[in-house]
Amino acid sequence: MLIQFIAFYVFAAVCVGSALMVIAARNPVHSVLFLILTFFNAAGIFVLAGAEFLAMTLVIVYVGAVAVLFLFVVMMLDINFVRLRQGFMQYLPIGATVGALLLVELLLVIGIVVDSPDAGGLGGAPMPPVERQSNTHALGALLYTRYMYLFQAAGMVLLVAMIGAIVLTYRVRTGVRKQSIAAQVGRHRADAVEMKKVATGTGVTL
Amino acid sequence: MMAFPDIAPAAAELWMAIGAMALLVYGVLRGDGSTRAVVWMAVATLLFAAWLVWSHAEFAAVTFSGLYIADRFGAFAKILVLVGSALTLILALDYLEREKLERPEFPVLVVTACLGMMVMISASDLLSLYVGLELQSLSLYVLAAFQRDSVKSTESGLKYFVLGALASGILLYGASLVYGVTGVTGFSAIATALGGQERSVGILFGLAFVAAGLAFKVAAVPFHMWTPDVYEGAPTPVTAFFSLAPKVAALALFIRVMTGPFGGIGDDWVGIISLLSALSMLLGSFAAIGQRNIKRLMAYSSIGHVGYALMGLAANSTGGVRGILVYLAIYFGMNLGAWGVILSMRRADGKLVEDINDLAGLARERPLMAAAMAVFMFSLAGIPPLAGFFAKFYVFFAAIDAGLYLLAMIGVLATVVGSYYYLRIIKIMYFDEPAPGFVPLNGTTGVVVAAAAVFTLLFFLFPAPLVGEAGLAAVALFP
Repeated sequence: MLIQFIAFYVFAAVCVGSALMVIAARNPVHSVLFLILTFFNAAGIFVLAGAEFLAMTLVIVYVGAVAVLFLFVVMMLDINFVRLRQGFMQYLPIGATVGALLLVELLLVIGIVVDSPDAGGLGGAPMPPVERQSNTHALGALLYTRYMYLFQAAGMVLLVAMIGAIVLTYRVRTGVRKQSIAAQVGRHRADAVEMKKVATGTGVTL
Repeated sequence: MMAFPDIAPAAAELWMAIGAMALLVYGVLRGDGSTRAVVWMAVATLLFAAWLVWSHAEFAAVTFSGLYIADRFGAFAKILVLVGSALTLILALDYLEREKLERPEFPVLVVTACLGMMVMISASDLLSLYVGLELQSLSLYVLAAFQRDSVKSTESGLKYFVLGALASGILLYGASLVYGVTGVTGFSAIATALGGQERSVGILFGLAFVAAGLAFKVAAVPFHMWTPDVYEGAPTPVTAFFSLAPKVAALALFIRVMTGPFGGIGDDWVGIISLLSALSMLLGSFAAIGQRNIKRLMAYSSIGHVGYALMGLAANSTGGVRGILVYLAIYFGMNLGAWGVILSMRRADGKLVEDINDLAGLARERPLMAAAMAVFMFSLAGIPPLAGFFAKFYVFFAAIDAGLYLLAMIGVLATVVGSYYYLRIIKIMYFDEPAPGFVPLNGTTGVVVAAAAVFTLLFFLFPAPLVGEAGLAAVALFP
């Protein structure tokens, strides 16, 4: 129990601290690295809460794909972040208002949960106890049976997204010098090398 | 363990999904030259799916653990969407080839959009509603930006995407509130949950947000801002597609959501729908007066027509839903024809005419084309005995039956104002000094336009089959 307790506070503290650094760091690359650290610690908290599937998804999807994509964008695009940050503080009032609103809403949600503590069990498919079934199994058992229709439809949505990305960005470029492996492999010695008999003292004409 | 779900009721959806993927593979392997073949195969796919829906229309079924519902109402809307999309694709073919847009992804995206619309129409759960809506919207965003070398088309796609994503967010927020209050996402389960309890603030907010999200998708005022810009910027056949099939699907979904899960609290949403309807009718007629671009004019016209259709929903009765379905079918016919003519209005140098004043003298150059356009415009204005009059007749009747006298009066006034700009087009075509050089209709477009004109002209002789089917479909919603 004590170890869990300590682990939670370590994860939570690092999570909040690195989240702060994401917006405080001067160098955007450092920001992204701190973001990755935040994700890892949030994943740790998920594991503690018994939601190992969410933890793994967070690491694989957010760290593996999203954060790395950010890193690429930050490093490849030539954005002047110093100029971007000028006048940043003038948005503080509106940002603080939005933040306060969100905080109040969060408190309201927590209030509702406290109000009806067994609301979690009312869902269509309550979570089985972790000792009996891991939640990866539980999610899979639902996703591929009861929600199969949605699973397939979501697959179609992703297919459309892919087609769309290709349709809108892919251009056939002319004059590209592509490597033709078949032609390279299929080349004969006779095509490439020419043997010349050289008479002494005359040289060769090429 | 769960038994494998019964997939027979969703045969048409499965066919569409497999068809879209097969067309994509064929198109990619054969390259851009295969566009014409892929378009015709997509038309065949859509029509076969319509036949599948038609042959299963009588069997009502709920499957996929309550996520999917097949009934007569869904069948009616799906057939309308599928046949309409097939005809729009035929109209698009000529344009695609002329504008060098012939890429096989175009018909594939139309097919996936239709698949999304079918999922929407058959949704019986907030989850399937959302997935269907996203599948449809995502395909439409790409179609709007399809002419990627044109700044206007890209702008239209981007605008549509950003505002559409916002609307999806609003809809999701409403859905989450509804889920939070009732604890379920299935439509019938929500209706049961709402029947037993007192109306909470959460459910009213949820209802308002869901309605706002759906109102965006059907482009009802005050959620219509995107429509004129998107319609003007998108390639013309895409605009034609936008103003037909997605409208039908989104309105069908709107009807299903309002009469299904929220059917028991009708008093709460009738006011919202009445307001949306009245504002749409008024803005649709007044804002269109100043338009010079025919695509923008048609955008405002479609906003107005959505207002009339919503009047049937505000009536919240079998008669009202029947009125909407008849309205949609007729709107489909006359609008398809009008777009067919707009797509063919071009000069000999290949430039498409978009300015209304350029239509001057069309009647002298191309009398048949002008006559067809005149029929569609008279019908859109709602002048008897053309089909458009009957469309309005049924919804107005339902509204008066439900005691919505003020709404019906606003509707009549808006019709009178709206007639002005429809008649102005006819006046320009027939009485203004001609500007020569119009190209004749090409064969397939001509056939579609002629069919639409005959339907619009002669509907009053045989209204019974359509009205009867719509009546049966409406009864399916109110058990």
